Amino acid sequence: MGEIVAARRVSKVFKTGKGAVEALRDIDLTIDPGEFVSLIGPSGCGKSTLLRLVGDLLTPTAGELVVNGKTPAQSRLDHDYGIAFQKATLLDWRTAIENVELPLELMNVGRDQRRARATEMLEMVELGEFVNANPWQLSGGMQQRVAIARALALRPPLLLMDEPFGALDEMTRESMQQELLRIWRETDTTIIFVTHSIPEAVFLSTRVVVMASRPGRIVDSMPVDLSHPRGVDTREDERFYTTLTEVREALRGR
Amino acid sequence: MLRVVSFIGILLLLVAIWEGYKLLGAALGGQWPGTEIEMKPRPDNQNMPHVWDMVAALFQPARRGGDSLISALLVASAYTLRSAVLGFVIGGLLGFGLGVAFVRSEMAERAFLPYVVASQTIPIIALAPIVVVWGGRLGLPSWMGVALISTYLTFFPVAINTLRGLRSPEWTATEMFRSYAARPTETLWKLQVPAALPYIFTALKVSATASIVGAIVGELPSGFGEGLGRALLQFNQAFTSDPSKLYAAVLVASVAGIFFVALVTLAEWLVIPAGRRVEN
Repeated sequence: MGEIVAARRVSKVFKTGKGAVEALRDIDLTIDPGEFVSLIGPSGCGKSTLLRLVGDLLTPTAGELVVNGKTPAQSRLDHDYGIAFQKATLLDWRTAIENVELPLELMNVGRDQRRARATEMLEMVELGEFVNANPWQLSGGMQQRVAIARALALRPPLLLMDEPFGALDEMTRESMQQELLRIWRETDTTIIFVTHSIPEAVFLSTRVVVMASRPGRIVDSMPVDLSHPRGVDTREDERFYTTLTEVREALRGR
Repeated sequence: MLRVVSFIGILLLLVAIWEGYKLLGAALGGQWPGTEIEMKPRPDNQNMPHVWDMVAALFQPARRGGDSLISALLVASAYTLRSAVLGFVIGGLLGFGLGVAFVRSEMAERAFLPYVVASQTIPIIALAPIVVVWGGRLGLPSWMGVALISTYLTFFPVAINTLRGLRSPEWTATEMFRSYAARPTETLWKLQVPAALPYIFTALKVSATASIVGAIVGELPSGFGEGLGRALLQFNQAFTSDPSKLYAAVLVASVAGIFFVALVTLAEWLVIPAGRRVEN
């Protein structure tokens, strides 16, 4: 116990029409509460698959996976994690606040409590003025903030993020990264963050897990030695660059 | 507003083309100049009555000493609309139910979808008398038998579009509902059905007109004299002596259809906010 995610020799094989595809082989990974772990690797390395295994959106073919001391399925049923995707995936027949209320609704939280909690979450992502906006009236960055507010509405101990800033422009992306770090520090959430941007992984994470493809596997797990809070200065820190280089080399297989 | 203006504009244009053709015909004596070729359709009042004569026909008595044609046609329209609306509602619910059943059970889809598709290959002209006669044997009033024809025409597009619409949410939205451990009924009502509404309304608009056409066709063979079908049949027979009456009846029948589609469109506007409406 203690760790929030513990994977031992986890494998995932997809059966397709053309035969079996080995998406992940022998994954060993433990994540402690409060960590911010990025999964980085080339496309096809199975980083999104690993994230989905943790979230019980997929089932491992072999190996042992424990999330929050339970099976992934039980964790999901207990609402132990929130999830955010590259696309904000807002329901466009619902206003911003109604989107954030969705998970609370599915947990049968009362109306007033729902409103209060959702308002609080939207204020946290600095969208307090847009509670009643429709999704199509919001910019891409704002939509993604609503999605993050929604993912955190149930105060889950674990937040799974699958390239959440992948579709945003560079400026928005950097400010969203800054905000995500603030939220992470404010909420004691453990975050698993899938990305293919090296600077993003280094800037955000306490640890970068480097993966390789065919078959998908973990090749390195590198702690990021940069102090918190991180900000504009962090990106100019010499250690930031050193870490970037280390991750890049690990990705190349040295 | 622009829509209203363009609608009226096009209506006036059509009237102008109709009357222009007649004027041309009168000027040329019904023949293309320099040839022996007759103008077809003949631009005389027998084949192409003046638009104002059609409108005037509406306000003259349908039978000697009877009510005006328009009031007779409105009564007939109301009678036909009753069948059409009943059939539309039943067909809409049936189609929606089938769509939901198909999306939730692949086995149901595989077993029944071919029959649903096959059912639509039977021409309603062939089906209408059977349904209406059987309905009569079961003791249903004939307008209910006619409603079944409308049901038959409505349920198919609604079922197919419901199925498409229920499958329309992005994969990540489905994953998100799964991540919240939502029950299948919750996913259905909070994700799939709202996502399907634009698709369903598209089908309903098509079905609205189809259900009226179906009701009119259903009335033809049953030979009872209260609906638009009978009125059209009757004026059809009198076409050679009084063509403007048939044109007037066609006019009223299409207005009834437009009225029904407008009602469905209104419902769509109330249900789906402007930002996510599919313009069609």
